[in-house]
Amino acid sequence: MGLHRTVKFEADRDPEFARWISHTVGGERIRHCLQCGLCSASCPLSQYMDYTPRRLMHLSREGFKDEALGSYTIWLCTACYRCMVECPKKINLTHLMYALKERAIKERVYPKRFPIPVMARQFCAMIRGSGRITESWLMMRVFLRTAIWRMFGLRSLGWKLFQTGRLNLKPDKIERRDELGTILQSVATTRKELAI
Amino acid sequence: MKYAYYPGCSLRGTGKAYEESLLAVFQTLGIEVQEIDNWNCCGATTYLSVDELASYALAARNLALAEREGLDIIAPCAACYLVLNKTQHYIRDYPDIKTVVTRALKQIGLDYVGRVRVRHPLDVFLNDVGAKAITAKVAKPLKGLRVAPYYGCQIVRPYATFDDQGDPTSMDKLLAACGAAVAPYPLKTRCCGGSQKGTLPKIGLDLIRVLIEEAMRDGADVIATVCPLCQFNLECFQEEAGDSRPLSMPVLYFTQLMALALGASPGAVAFHRSLINIEPVLAAREIAYA
Repeated sequence: MGLHRTVKFEADRDPEFARWISHTVGGERIRHCLQCGLCSASCPLSQYMDYTPRRLMHLSREGFKDEALGSYTIWLCTACYRCMVECPKKINLTHLMYALKERAIKERVYPKRFPIPVMARQFCAMIRGSGRITESWLMMRVFLRTAIWRMFGLRSLGWKLFQTGRLNLKPDKIERRDELGTILQSVATTRKELAI
Repeated sequence: MKYAYYPGCSLRGTGKAYEESLLAVFQTLGIEVQEIDNWNCCGATTYLSVDELASYALAARNLALAEREGLDIIAPCAACYLVLNKTQHYIRDYPDIKTVVTRALKQIGLDYVGRVRVRHPLDVFLNDVGAKAITAKVAKPLKGLRVAPYYGCQIVRPYATFDDQGDPTSMDKLLAACGAAVAPYPLKTRCCGGSQKGTLPKIGLDLIRVLIEEAMRDGADVIATVCPLCQFNLECFQEEAGDSRPLSMPVLYFTQLMALALGASPGAVAFHRSLINIEPVLAAREIAYA
């Protein structure tokens, strides 16, 4: 029998995390949250979440870092922006989800072989390398790194897409790909300079 | 009417039917487009969660390339449309982001001042061309065809630039101008699950099933979409989503229906790219195709 403490203690809080979330781009208004729950009510995925968006907002701004970054909620968010347009305090919830995801990816806090961060990394690597996304190759790369057996389940769909000319075998690439590398390098330099 | 055209990656892959029909509609309506030279992927919803600052700089390269040509952008893919718009908003609202982006673009010889506008074909067709002018060009009215207009998320959220956020009607009007009967479809802006089907399949299928079943309840013959990911999810995973009862609701791009009505060639109407055939429905409604 696994017993878990359900009450959170003051000592569990991480003040640095609370400061970070309210100073991150789009997080400025998180302290205005009324805990009204319109975000959770309007979210098409809240029934699958461990912490609903309302609870996640509260946990984050109070500095419960482990709960916030370890939550499935940030990975379930599809960025449909419903919560954000419903929020009476105009809190940029979708953007906060992105910020939490970015931090979780940086700190590598997610279950092993969890496909969403793997897909995110592969997606970005493909843009850096080719300038564009070729969907068929992206899915292949993700399956190879997460659940190779699932590729077999997609054989029939893959064949249908191939027959209708929607499956590209040749990856799309742009000319002047070096420009993307130059942009990324400059972003890294300026980021350091401005300490953001 | 001339615009810079930003197709986005999906229109060159699973969403080819969107591009083929869109270009035909452009031509019939006298809209001239020039593809942005060596455009790069906008980063979609994914790059933002890996490296936000870098994602703005990469997306802004496309904005700057269009601005150099002095043209406004047409972005048909919902994700591209949102990301390009969002990038403009964040560059404008956050001085630090602006510094990062303008410096990065300068390195590759580009300037960005924020003059360029990012438009969606729905907006251009309705507000630059007009429903009346479209009706005047209809060769094969979609008489009796009941269409469920599905907008998905990112066309109207979070930036409602040309349509109502809660109850958008621009596609309704365009389809009506082509002679179609438009179903009310109350779930028109509910999320299709995005890439969830690829990563957490069970949840993705749940979201897809709700949308198809609602269209059936509305008595729709076909669902019209504006987004390559919505179209892919609703069409390609429909069989799987229908576990207990088989679903077979055709899912097309709204531009395919417009191209059909405007008398475009079968190649441009691109029904040959569908996995769920709409031709029996068209035959039942006595709408000529090819």
